[in-house]
Amino acid sequence: MAAIELRNVVKTFGPITAVDGLDLNVPEGICLGLLGPNGAGKSTTMRLLTGQAVADSGDLHVLGHELPAQSKPARAEMGVVPQLDNLDVDVTVEDNLAVYARLYRVKDVGAAVDRCLDLARLRDRRRDAVDKLSGGMRRRLLLARGLVHEPRLVLLDEPTVGLDPQIRTELWTLIGDLKSRGTTILMSTHYIEEAERLADEVAVMHRGKIISRGRPADLISEHAGRQTAEVYAPPQRLTELRVSAEAAGLKVRPAGPAIAIVGSEQARDGAVPEDAVVRAATLEDVFVLLTGEEAE
Amino acid sequence: MEASTQAQSRGRTMRRLEPAAIAGVMSREVANFRTYWKGTTFSSVLEPLVYLLAFGLGLSATLVDEVNGIPYIQFVGTGMVATAVIFSSALPAMFGTFVKHRFQNTYEAILAAPVDVEELVSAEMLWIGTRSVVTFFWGLDPEPGMLLTPLFAFVTALGFAGFGVAMAATVAKIDQFNYVTALFVTPLFLVAGTFFPIEGLPEGFQIVAQVNPLHQLVELVRGGAFGFEWQDLLRFAFLVVFAVATWRVAIHQMRKRLID
Ligand SMILES: Nc1ncnc2c1ncn2[C@@H]1O[C@H](COP(=O)(O)OP(=O)(O)O)[C@@H](O)[C@H]1O
Ligand SMILES: [Mg+2]
Repeated sequence: MAAIELRNVVKTFGPITAVDGLDLNVPEGICLGLLGPNGAGKSTTMRLLTGQAVADSGDLHVLGHELPAQSKPARAEMGVVPQLDNLDVDVTVEDNLAVYARLYRVKDVGAAVDRCLDLARLRDRRRDAVDKLSGGMRRRLLLARGLVHEPRLVLLDEPTVGLDPQIRTELWTLIGDLKSRGTTILMSTHYIEEAERLADEVAVMHRGKIISRGRPADLISEHAGRQTAEVYAPPQRLTELRVSAEAAGLKVRPAGPAIAIVGSEQARDGAVPEDAVVRAATLEDVFVLLTGEEAE
Repeated sequence: MEASTQAQSRGRTMRRLEPAAIAGVMSREVANFRTYWKGTTFSSVLEPLVYLLAFGLGLSATLVDEVNGIPYIQFVGTGMVATAVIFSSALPAMFGTFVKHRFQNTYEAILAAPVDVEELVSAEMLWIGTRSVVTFFWGLDPEPGMLLTPLFAFVTALGFAGFGVAMAATVAKIDQFNYVTALFVTPLFLVAGTFFPIEGLPEGFQIVAQVNPLHQLVELVRGGAFGFEWQDLLRFAFLVVFAVATWRVAIHQMRKRLID
């Protein structure tokens, strides 16, 4: 049984189709990265899984429970770490955890709180109010709160969006630990590096659909080949190069001030200029080619 | 097949209105209350006292001796007990719910746990009802006739808590609470028969007073202090209906807000 099974799921908000015939299957024990630009429908998908949005049509199963009818028992077995910090700031670290242990019907609240304090490395701050903590500590606490009932499945919606690089790295370590314990993870992100580091498999989401899926290395060889040549030049020359590379059957994508000629190992002589910087193809190449959006 | 049977049996164990879910949400409120109770309790005791002093002593010294045979200070005192309820239930429910929903994203996290909107709203109402009664009544004389007063006040506070939650789920912006206060809270407070008997009001106001839960509560509190009448049973029934009605409306409005 897959941890998450979505079939042909549609969710509209008035004229907007946020999720458009989504098929998604997350087997137990993997970390699936849901990679997509802003507005792709990632958060809506997460909200469908927690019963906070109800699909217009389609089949949804989470841990064997059918949604939305069985949403409550499904929620009891999954952990959710929100994108926005919604800790109770005046309340102590341990009380924040204890409240959620009760909401998840944990039998031994004290033991669960201690376990989470260790996990978030906040044991010596347990009696401090949350607003006394640093940004990184709060994020670790937010993550630990979602794990207070030792869920089999964890949903992470853009877990590090807007955080500074050091905090982001700290969280990646914690998510890595969670993965190594065998917890199934569905993590949405629009950061390529986050998906590359943590995800066993990546599903690229665009306009409410999964447009490609696989292990990062497989996605790269399927869509981007082996090598990418980046050319930095004045705009006019870039336009000319683009036209000639595309005429030679190569895929070209914008890369900030440069263009990237993808699959350059297949180029015939002359299609890639001498001054190009040739590097290994990346997931970013795939993302930009597939979604047409510049990556962050 | 086996997996789905298992899932179904697990599904059946999670009922509606589970005490564990309601207790969990209330425990969050208790944890927060411990950080702000001093200020809230101070104002919820002080405000009615100020009114009591201003009206009770001021008016009784100059204009009014007694109303329907009750010394004016006692008339206002019993009325004040009742009207304190609306300020300690409707207003915290309105502002607290709005802030938790819109500014703190608290409900987003609670509803990701095995808690339904119905349980969330019930817990918030129960908490406000309890707090409203406890913080105000800890100074009250436990005379035998007054023993039922906390019960009357609790049911009324539940009703106004439901009203507040429903309003919080209905307004688009927090400023719109000004309209709610001007249109509902203040008039209900004034036409409750706290400071003067409603018999002295024009007929239209008297009809409004009859459907004003606060007026019914004022009468019940006076009943407890000075003797019940048979109509008080109807008054209590009215308060129960009020609480149940606002409970259902609050759940309906919150579901519209919280579930897409
Ligand atoms: N509650 C809502 N009401 C109206 N539109 C919404 C709502 N939630 C999401 N949308 C729209 O649905 C689309 C997908 O949004 P979202 O799922 O948040 O994307 P992502 O998380 O990938 O950035 C966007 O166009 C967004 O504006
Ligand atoms: Mg999002």
